[in-house]
Amino acid sequence: MKRMTMINFMKGSVMKIHRLSRAYRCLSAEGGVRVFSSASGPRVCVVGGGPAGFYTAQQLLKARQDAIVDIYERLPVPFGLVRFGVAPDHPEVKNVINTFTQTAQHERCSFYGNVNVGKDVTIEELRRAYHAVVLSYGAEGNRSMKIPGEDLSGVFSAKDFVGWYNGLPSNKELCPDLSSETAVILGQGNVALDVARILLSPVDMLKETDITQNSLAVLAGSNVRRVLVVGRRGPLQIACTIKEVREMVNLPNTGADMLPSDFEGIAEALKDLPRPRKRLTELMMKAVKEGRDDKDQKCWGFRFFRSPVEVIAGADGRTATGIRLALNKLEGSGEGTRAVPTGQLEDLECGLIISSIGYKSFPIDPTVPFDPRRAIVPNAMGRVQDTTGLYCSGWVKRGPTGVIATTMNDSFDTARVLVQDMEAGEVDLSVNKPGAQAITALLRTRGVRTVLFPQWEKINAEEEKRGKSLGKPREKLLDVDEMLKIAWS
Amino acid sequence: MSACILRVFLQRAAVMRKAAQQTFSQTRMFPQCVTEINTHSRGINTFTSSLRAEEKVAIHFLNRDGKRISVKASIGDSLLDVVVNHDLDIDGFGACEGTLACSTCHLIFEEAVYKKLGPVSDEEMDMLDLAYGLTDTSRLGCQVCLRKELDGMILRVPDVISDARVDSEKESSTAPPKV
Repeated sequence: MKRMTMINFMKGSVMKIHRLSRAYRCLSAEGGVRVFSSASGPRVCVVGGGPAGFYTAQQLLKARQDAIVDIYERLPVPFGLVRFGVAPDHPEVKNVINTFTQTAQHERCSFYGNVNVGKDVTIEELRRAYHAVVLSYGAEGNRSMKIPGEDLSGVFSAKDFVGWYNGLPSNKELCPDLSSETAVILGQGNVALDVARILLSPVDMLKETDITQNSLAVLAGSNVRRVLVVGRRGPLQIACTIKEVREMVNLPNTGADMLPSDFEGIAEALKDLPRPRKRLTELMMKAVKEGRDDKDQKCWGFRFFRSPVEVIAGADGRTATGIRLALNKLEGSGEGTRAVPTGQLEDLECGLIISSIGYKSFPIDPTVPFDPRRAIVPNAMGRVQDTTGLYCSGWVKRGPTGVIATTMNDSFDTARVLVQDMEAGEVDLSVNKPGAQAITALLRTRGVRTVLFPQWEKINAEEEKRGKSLGKPREKLLDVDEMLKIAWS
Repeated sequence: MSACILRVFLQRAAVMRKAAQQTFSQTRMFPQCVTEINTHSRGINTFTSSLRAEEKVAIHFLNRDGKRISVKASIGDSLLDVVVNHDLDIDGFGACEGTLACSTCHLIFEEAVYKKLGPVSDEEMDMLDLAYGLTDTSRLGCQVCLRKELDGMILRVPDVISDARVDSEKESSTAPPKV
């Protein structure tokens, strides 16, 4: 009954707007108000300023001409893994930043950096201030190998290693020891190949990218000449994509060091494969055949059918000097192919071990459902299970896989579902929500100061300036306090 | 004409810089249209080439919603240029801005037209292999430039709606990710 009165009251207020022609024109200029029960339009909060957050916001702004979208980000800088994950020698991929910047500068979109959702403000508080909340906070953790010796010096997660060369503030002290000749990477996805490529690329090629100066200095003194990329299954199950393999094949002064025995029976299986898998396999077979040239000073190679069982410590008991691998055979077929240990073991000598077996999302807030087994927020097409008005997109929605187009499509899907729910009345738009006004006031009382998009642009300008003097597109700031100082200057 | 060449060149500058760095001769990221325009303009004077730039061809896009979008576009422009310059409403098209680093400008051609387009580079095939709804007549819009013979062609924008749940279960649980 109360609600009915409220809706009637709202309808009445819209009628008044109709008569106030100036106000009406003003609203029409924004594209017209489609749902007349809410005078101010839906307010949506996006948690996380990476690709999933920006693509969700982009689609929401487009599909609802009256929606107001606020993006909250923990760091003072936007773009998430496009800044901190995409390899420095893949500047083309970072072109998506141009579209994200347009979104952030949209008149109905705001970016609030330096806000740690879950700590500075709770999801409950956001849900009270907004008609809908979209979780797009990604996967900041990594899956651990759960083997003895994983904590020895010389063992890193790919997430931290990538964060180090890409300037993630929390990884700036990593300083890996690259004095060993052989490096072993566990996992065979695109991140594993990014790391392998960075370890083997000539420093002259890297110094023109936005790789950080401190990591460049360490890489310049690297003794790593051989990088082995280990996977538990076979060539037909490999997780990386062909572009990254081709880049390995094309590395200057670097040959392929593969085991032809890993490819037994593969040639016969080729003809039944779908085109993408077939081309990828053919490229690997070509690399096996060409092998290593006498002139090649460095080499890389896949090692298939092997699972890590233990990191071997040196005499000091603290430093990794090798890795023990269990040999596997395959059982089953198709997508269900499993690696089963044969009982045989093999030791590989190496002083640098990087585990690249996947990222992992964490729960953000105890009130939000979380599936610990799959490490995602349980959802149906982006609608968070049992929680009206709460949505998710990107890696928290479907797990940490896929290329940027995968995240783009799934974020667009979530935005479409949310707009459908608004139109179907599943998301209640009949009440006005205060949005950022309430949240920023709350943050102020808690001593949290935000970084707005124009303030990020100051950081951006400073980074570009520092990069210019070094002949690079940018030199990233590594310290959050320094970022804040420049943002608020 | 020169403006359009410049734009095509700028778009691919990053790709070409990279190609130049590669010591392996098999790497050829030179998009066919750039080389064609080069050889093409060498023989003719600027007056004719500026006239040629005025030549337009009709293209029809069948968008995801089933609607047909028809435009007149300049010869020499890539299909990505056409979508951008005409501000066509195709969601997420050209995310990497024509640098062969994504597959969001994937388009499906009629077989007869596809045959006229000429060979596809390995690098374009590599990105196409990641595209949703890949067909035997798929190309990346950023790598196809308009020519007179392509007048009246019909292009289908592939559907990208995917079942993310099935996708993630299909992928290996240990597959390391990449944005």
